[in-house]
Amino acid sequence: MHEMAVTQSLLDIVLKEAQQAGAKKVDAVNLVVGELAGLVDDSIQFYFDFMTKDTIVEGAKLNFRRVPALMKCRACAEEFSPAPDEWVCPKCSQWQAEVIAGKEFYIDSIEVDDADKGT
Amino acid sequence: MQIKVLKDIMAANSATAEANQARLDANSILGINIMASPGSGKTTFILGTIDSLGQDTCIGVIEGDLASSVDAEKVAQKNAPVVQINTGGGCHLDANQISAGLDNLPLDSLDVVLIENVGNLVCPSEFKLGEHKRVVILSVPEGDDKPYKYPGMFATADIIVISKIDIMPYFDFDLQKFKNAVAGLNPGVRIFPLSVRTGEGFSDWTDWLKSQIPQRGM
Repeated sequence: MHEMAVTQSLLDIVLKEAQQAGAKKVDAVNLVVGELAGLVDDSIQFYFDFMTKDTIVEGAKLNFRRVPALMKCRACAEEFSPAPDEWVCPKCSQWQAEVIAGKEFYIDSIEVDDADKGT
Repeated sequence: MQIKVLKDIMAANSATAEANQARLDANSILGINIMASPGSGKTTFILGTIDSLGQDTCIGVIEGDLASSVDAEKVAQKNAPVVQINTGGGCHLDANQISAGLDNLPLDSLDVVLIENVGNLVCPSEFKLGEHKRVVILSVPEGDDKPYKYPGMFATADIIVISKIDIMPYFDFDLQKFKNAVAGLNPGVRIFPLSVRTGEGFSDWTDWLKSQIPQRGM
């Protein structure tokens, strides 16, 4: 639901990094998004396409690497991948899960056109 | 050419949130982020808190809503300093908005800043504002199964308030079931069942709040 705000932050970082590298064009942005981050890929893509217009990021490919949710049961220490928002332990049926992975949301890397670099 | 970035996209918000907290700390102010669904009674809860503590504790309020200033007007009637932030459709408050809100509050005379977040059990939990404590309110009519549906929100709360307990007899709200769900998600979280309307349980909340206020000049 808050993809617009986070896409703006994402774009700010990408522009800064590209500028520091002296890039003229960004070809791709590689994102890592946890399943529990509460973010919808299509929605980020929608805002990304809109916000990148007339910038060096326009037309860049947005690649999503999804990190599945991983829980650990506080009752029996079982680690499990839950169904979306179902935090019940499959082993002991307790509702005492702790999130181990799935909240990630960061830019892994960007790919830039470096043809003009160093000239 | 590939450039490794590895940057948390929320980092800019988190940095502003830290600056907000430093500002509150410098003024010995306790910052409370109040999150809940629309209609759970956030504003009534804030007004009741001002009434209870008003005499010896100075409370400032940052009101977040998509639109209108109806809540801020109610707070202003209590003579409490208040700032209204309209997100214009945004589903949560972010740290920048709180920074602007703090600019417009008399920080040197406040003990507590209550932040009324936008009514929503999803997005507000993802954005740090600079608060010291997160309070989630759940009203009785919403049902005891909310933690199962919105685990993220309940897992990150410091305090959970169950509001409107005066109408508990008319709803099938199973308090024990609710407590069990919350205890699983968030062991040790404090739960305050209360009614602002009748005053039942309310002093447990205000006593806790008073105990958290930093002493000036310390």
